[in-house]
Order: sequence, then C-alpha cells, then structure tokens
Amino acid sequence: MTDHAVSVVRPGALTTVQDSGRPGHAHLGVPRSGALDAPAAALANRLVGNATSAAVLETTLDGCALRPRRALTVAVTGAPCSVTVDSRPVAWGAPVRVPAGALLDVGRARAGLRSYLALAGGVEVEPVLGSRSADLLSGLGPARLTEGTVLPLGTPATRPPVLGPVPHPAPPRELVLPVTPGPREDWFTDGALRTLTRARYTVSAASNRIGLRTEGPPLERAVTGELPSEGLVLGAVQVPPDGRPVVFLADHPTTGGYPVVAVVRTPALAAAAQAVPGTPVRFVRTGH
Amino acid sequence: MRCLPAGESALLVELADGERAEALHAELLRRRATGELRVVEIVPAARTVLLDGVENPRQLAAWLRELPVPPLEARAGGAVEIPVVYDGPDLAEVAAHWGLGAREAALAHAATEFRVAFCGFAPGFAYLTGLPQNRSVPRRATPRTAVPKGSLALAGPYTGVYPRSSPGGWQLIGTTDLEMWDADRSPAALLTPGARVRFVPRRLPGDAP
Repeated sequence: MTDHAVSVVRPGALTTVQDSGRPGHAHLGVPRSGALDAPAAALANRLVGNATSAAVLETTLDGCALRPRRALTVAVTGAPCSVTVDSRPVAWGAPVRVPAGALLDVGRARAGLRSYLALAGGVEVEPVLGSRSADLLSGLGPARLTEGTVLPLGTPATRPPVLGPVPHPAPPRELVLPVTPGPREDWFTDGALRTLTRARYTVSAASNRIGLRTEGPPLERAVTGELPSEGLVLGAVQVPPDGRPVVFLADHPTTGGYPVVAVVRTPALAAAAQAVPGTPVRFVRTGH
Repeated sequence: MRCLPAGESALLVELADGERAEALHAELLRRRATGELRVVEIVPAARTVLLDGVENPRQLAAWLRELPVPPLEARAGGAVEIPVVYDGPDLAEVAAHWGLGAREAALAHAATEFRVAFCGFAPGFAYLTGLPQNRSVPRRATPRTAVPKGSLALAGPYTGVYPRSSPGGWQLIGTTDLEMWDADRSPAALLTPGARVRFVPRRLPGDAP
C-alpha cells in the first residue's frame, strides 16, 4: 500500500468517515448521510486546502488518535478539544503539520460532541454511490474506525490553505430549533402544537446520527389512525407513539410511518449535532 | 391531490390512493428527464410523493395542480424474475389466514404480478403491490430480532425481500438467493420504483427437497 495513509491508533467512541453525503438516492431507500456539523467539516477542509466536500473524520465525544505514514497537514474543528502531536499541544482550528510517524491525538470534547479532523488530500476510501460517508443506519460506506484501520489519503491540493484564526460558533447551551409546519401538523391537537413551541425539551442520551431524540411532555394526537409510510426530509420532527419529538439528522430513514409535526430549518441542524444530552431544546415557530 | 408543507425546500404530495401516487411518480420522472422539473429527490411512498431539494415549493405546488397526470401504463419490457423457495416459517400461518393450504398459498403468491410501489426501510428494500386486498396479512405481534437476508415477506398489502439481515416484523414465506442490493451494480437496487416483479417458485411446499 502507498505510504500516503494514516493508521488508527485509538478509534474513540465513534469515529466515522464523512463527506457531504449521498443525496439523490432516497427513492432506493438510501439515506443522505454526510457530516452532521457540515459547516465545521467544510471549515476543517478549507484549513488544509481541501475542497469543502473532501472526506473528513467525524469523532464523537472523545476524539481519536492517528499516525500518518508521511508528513501531513491536518486541522481540527467542530467541538473544541485539545490536539496534541507526540503529546505536545498544537492548535485547534488551524492547520497543523504532523511529522511522519508522529502520534496525532484529538482529545475529548470540552464542549459539544463532534470534532472534525481534516487531513490534507482527504480520506480516499472507495466511494459508494458517489460518497465516502459512513451510513450507520443502512451500513453503506466505510465501517466506523477501529484500532489498526488504515485510511488511504488523496493527493494534497496545491491551493493555499486558509490560515487561522477562524471564527467558530460555540456549542449551544440551549438548542433553539426554528421550525416550519410539517405535513402532518393536523394530526396533532391544538394543545400539542402549543406544547411543542412552549414546553422545554431536553436532548436525550439516546440521540445518534439518525435522530436527535428529546425528553419532555408528550404531544397528543388528534388523529390516532396509522399513517401509511411516506417520504421524510432532513430536519423532520417525527412523533413516535410515545409522543416525544425526534429530529431527523443525516442518517435518517428515507420513509417512515409516524406523523411529522414540523420541520427544522436546515442551518440549525449543525448546532443540533453538537448538543450534548441534557441540553435544553426550544422549538420556535417561524413563518412558512 | 393535496400539497403538504415539508420544510423550506420540499413538498409532500398526497394522492387519493397508491395507484395515483405511482402515476404521479411516473409523470414526475418523465418531466425531470425532459429538464422541466428540477428536484434532487423524488420519493414515492404508499400514497404520497415527496419532492425534496426544490427551489420554490409554493411555485412547484401551483405547477403540480395544473399538471395533467396520465393513468399508469404497464411498463414496457419484461418483469424482474426472482427465484424463490417457498419455505418460510410463517407460510402456514399466512396460508391459514388466506383460507388455503401452504402449497396453494405459495402458488397464489407466485401467480401474482407485482409492481414496486416504493422503496425504503433499507437500501434495496422494495414495497411490492399486486396482491388482492383480501390477501392482506397483519404484521407479526412480536418482530424478529434478525430476519435472514433474502427472506420473502408479507405485511399489510405489501410483499418485500429483505436485502440484508435485519430486525423485522413481516411474515416470512420464502427465501431467494438473488442479491437485492449491490452497490457495485448499476442500479445498485435490483428493484426500483415502478418495476414489475414476478416470483418464480424453485420449490413449493410438498415438493421433494
């Protein structure tokens, strides 16, 4: 194998390869996937001179550690964390040069959940349907990283990287999710619609790349029948039988049979990707 | 036809029934092919079609209301044939539900011409319609934690084949070793919305193994 690669020394709790996803295949049951905090992933790429759609690593909570086979420029964005090279602290949110064989360690998130590690040239695992993203719902794309995984890298671009410092939003203390009406709003009582936008929900620990689950008062249905399966959009707020809203994220199923009461505006989903369990959530109704 | 809101860049179109949804889906594919419709996803489902990745949902809704939708025509070309061994653990129960013996139930299933109404649940999982209404079956009261890959299954009015091992609550009536999903094949899904499908019995209950 080429020496233009990195090997995984510590995979962390959940580290996956992500790019801008594989839209356009929902009719075959294929989720879109892609980096949950898309702006952070794009920024990491820009810092190392990659195209914003290059494949990066998305870590969850406790980072990961890698050893490049040859000298490499990297950048870490998203959830703030310590970054070290052979135990020496280096910059977060800026390009960092890692010597061949050195240990790059992306530490535990100090706030937020998901850090993004861009490697110059991008991760060049085999694409599936035009994307290198790992899709945890359906198992498409590369498997989550495990110890010893070797990731091939592409050729670094010659374009000049963006130099730091760079602005970045802090992970939310309170997650405010602007919503527009969903297709099945009329399946809920007026009281339930008031509850959705007035009650305080919190992020559930059961959240994952498929959906942000919430805890809080259940939403009461006005229509109790079964809903035949229908297509789901990114950001759909689906209400399962327990009445607690679930906000669908990148690995969401393409169709579903529970009513969608509202839809979160896409730009707000990056903050949703960084909201740790227990974070207060407010759904705010916006014009349609 | 009802156009329901689904966020800033999508529209969920609800039709009176599944057949009208399939007809609209076919017409939308034709319009997209001509360049008249610009949209990232067209997702047919039981009686809806989702249009996602559109610039102006309101404008699209107005266009849809004026859109003439010809009734569904039989697709040109042959049906996809799927070889099946009718040996599923729920076949006897399904047969009893239909008031038939296991062999008769398998023959009735295999004599049906199916059509892919929509896909979902997993890449390559197709919801096939074609069984008459009185052949609908309930889901299992307790879903299985692992349904084997290639299982031929029934639930409600639908028939489907599990593209890989997964949990599932459908009634299992047979197995096939045809690959429903292969990412290296084009198209990756053997069954795409609108396709006609037939199940060809390799072995029926009562046949010598």
